[in-house]
Amino acid sequence: MSMEEVLTKVRDCVWEVPTSYKKGMRVPGRIFLGDAAIKDLESGAVDQVANVACLPGIQKFSIGLPDIHFGYGFSIGGVGAFSARTGIISPGGVGFDINCGVRMLRTNLTEEDVRPKMKELIGTLFKNVPSGVGSKGKLRLQEGQINDVLNNGAEWAVENGYGWDNDLEYLEENGKMEDANSDKVSEKAKKRGIPQLGSLGSGNHFLEVQKVEEIFDDNVAKTFGIKPGEITVLIHSGSRGCGHQVCSDYLRTMDKAYKRHKVNIPDRQLACAPVDSDEARDYFQAMSAAANYAWANRQMILHWVRESFEQIFHKSAEDMEMNIVYDVAHNIAKKEVHEIKGRDTEVYVHRKGATRAFGPGRKEIPAAYRKVGQPVIIPGTMGTASYLLHGTQAAMEETFGSTAHGAGRKMSRAGAKREFKGEEVQKYLASKGIIIKATSMPIVAEEAPGAYKDVDDVVKTAHDAGISRLVAKMVPLGVAKG
Amino acid sequence: MQKKKQNSIYPSKKDLKFEFFDVTADTGFWAYGSTLEESFENAGLAMFEVMTDTNRITPQDKKYVNVESEDLVSLLYDWLEELLFLHDVEFIVFSKFKVEINKVNNGYSLKGIIIGEKIDKNRHEQRSEVKAVTFHLMEVKEENGYMVRAILDL
Repeated sequence: MSMEEVLTKVRDCVWEVPTSYKKGMRVPGRIFLGDAAIKDLESGAVDQVANVACLPGIQKFSIGLPDIHFGYGFSIGGVGAFSARTGIISPGGVGFDINCGVRMLRTNLTEEDVRPKMKELIGTLFKNVPSGVGSKGKLRLQEGQINDVLNNGAEWAVENGYGWDNDLEYLEENGKMEDANSDKVSEKAKKRGIPQLGSLGSGNHFLEVQKVEEIFDDNVAKTFGIKPGEITVLIHSGSRGCGHQVCSDYLRTMDKAYKRHKVNIPDRQLACAPVDSDEARDYFQAMSAAANYAWANRQMILHWVRESFEQIFHKSAEDMEMNIVYDVAHNIAKKEVHEIKGRDTEVYVHRKGATRAFGPGRKEIPAAYRKVGQPVIIPGTMGTASYLLHGTQAAMEETFGSTAHGAGRKMSRAGAKREFKGEEVQKYLASKGIIIKATSMPIVAEEAPGAYKDVDDVVKTAHDAGISRLVAKMVPLGVAKG
Repeated sequence: MQKKKQNSIYPSKKDLKFEFFDVTADTGFWAYGSTLEESFENAGLAMFEVMTDTNRITPQDKKYVNVESEDLVSLLYDWLEELLFLHDVEFIVFSKFKVEINKVNNGYSLKGIIIGEKIDKNRHEQRSEVKAVTFHLMEVKEENGYMVRAILDL
C-alpha cells in the first residue's frame, strides 16, 4: 500500500498521519516530504511516527522530517515533544549516539590556497585526529577527570587548552548541558569513554574540508560570516562508546520502568518513564552528561583541525580566522519552552536524527545570530554537497523548532559493498577533485554517495516547507573518514 | 527496513555459523548452533566479523564474562553488549567464545570465556565500528537446534 493513500496532504511538503491510522494515537503525525518522496516513504517509518503519537503527554504532533527513515523506536528524522508535567522521557527518542552532531568552521583561505596542499592536509588531519575501529584518543585522562568532562562538556576542553574562549559562544547549549550529572553515568560508560575521548569514530563520521560554492541568502550568510569561495571545515562525530553505553544502560532501566509505571507503549524500544520518575530524571541527567562528552570531543577535534591547518599553511589559526560558525546536536532531548495553544509550555523535545532550528529572537541563539535564527548545518555524504540553513518561525510553530539532519541511507551497508568497490568510489571522487583518506576501502564503499538519499532533495523540502531556509551550499574538496 | 529475496531477515542456510542480512542503516545477523550455547558463541563471532576479519585474529588474550538476565532475549542482548564493552575498553578483537548458560531463580545466567587479540591496524582489517546492540527483532529460537537474531547499530 502506498503511503500516499493513507496520509492526508495538509499543504505542499506537509502530510498528516490521522489519528485513525493506529489505535491509541493521542495526536496526529506530521511528515514533511515532497510529492515524489512520499512514494518512497517506508510504511515502517510511518508506523513509528504513529507509535510515538501514542506516548503519554505528547504535544501537537508526532513529527517526521524530510530525511525520515526507519529507526529503532522513533524513526530517524523524528521529533516528539512531551509535556514536562504529564509526559515521558524515552532513550529511544534520542538514540544510541547521544549528541552525534556537526560542527562547522570557517577560514579565510580559498580553493587556490588549499588545492595544491590538499593531499598533505587530509593526510595530516587523518594523522592528528584518531579514527576507525578501536581508535584511542591521544589524551590519557586522569582518574576522576572523566567526571569533569561529563559535567562541563566543551568548557572542560577549552579550560584544558583545546580551543579558544569565544568558541563556546557558538555551540548549541554553549557546549554544556546544565542538567548533566556524571553520578548518573555508569562506570561502564565512563570506562568506554575514557580512552576514546578525542577520537572521531567510524561509520558515517568524518572530517571534511569544503568550499562555499553558492550563497542563497546574502544577508544571513553575512551574519554567519560565510563568503563565497572560502574554505570551510565540517566535523561530524558523537559521544563515542560513552554515549552508546548510556543509551544501552537506560534502555534496560526503562524496559523495567515502563512496566512498573504502567505506561502503555506500542514498541519495546519506546520504553520510557514519566518525567517526574527517578528513572526519567536519571536518564536525562546521564544523557546530558553524554551530550557534554560529545561537545568536549568535537572541541578537541576542532583544536587538532586548527593545528593541522597551522602545520600545513604555516600561519596561525587566528590569522586564518578559523572561527566556529556553529555546532549542532542531531540526537538529543532538551527541556524547552514552546508556545502551545497560545501558552508558553515546558516540554521535553526529543530530536532523533533532527537538528534544532530555532527561529529569530530565541534567547538560546548566539547574540550575533539572534536576528536571523540559528544556523542549521546539514551534512551530505562524502561526495556530495553539505548545506547551511537558518531556523525559522515556521519551525517554531510546526516542528518544535526542528528540521532535517542529513541525507539518510537508502542502501544498506552490505548492499553498498555489493554495489560499489571502495577503490572505484575513491577514483570517481578523485576525478571530481575530491580527495578521500579512510581507514579501509570497505568503509569507502559503505559510505559511497550512491548509498545515500539525495541531500539536495532533503534540504529543498525543508526549505520549501519553511521549517528552515537555505543560506549556503558547501562542496567537498577532501575527506578524512574513520 | 529493506526485505530482499536473496538476503532477508529470515534465515536460509543453517549449516553456517552465522549469516548477515541487510537493514538500511545497519546490519543484522542470524547465528546458529546445535545448542543454545553454540548459537550464543556464534553470535559473538558474527559481531566481531562486522568489525574485522575474525580469521586473522590470533587468540591470545583471555577475558571472562558473567551476565544474568530475566529472559533469553535479554541474555543475548546483555552478552553481546558485554562483548562490545570489553572490546571498547580493552581494545581487543575476539574470535573464540565459550559459554555456559544456566537457568537461575529469576532467569538465566551466562558464564563465558572469550579469547582474542589487541587490535593491530596493520594486521586487522578495519571494517565497521559497532555502536550498540539493539533490541530490534531480537530473537532466540529453538528450531533444528538453536538460532538467534540480532541487529547492530553501526
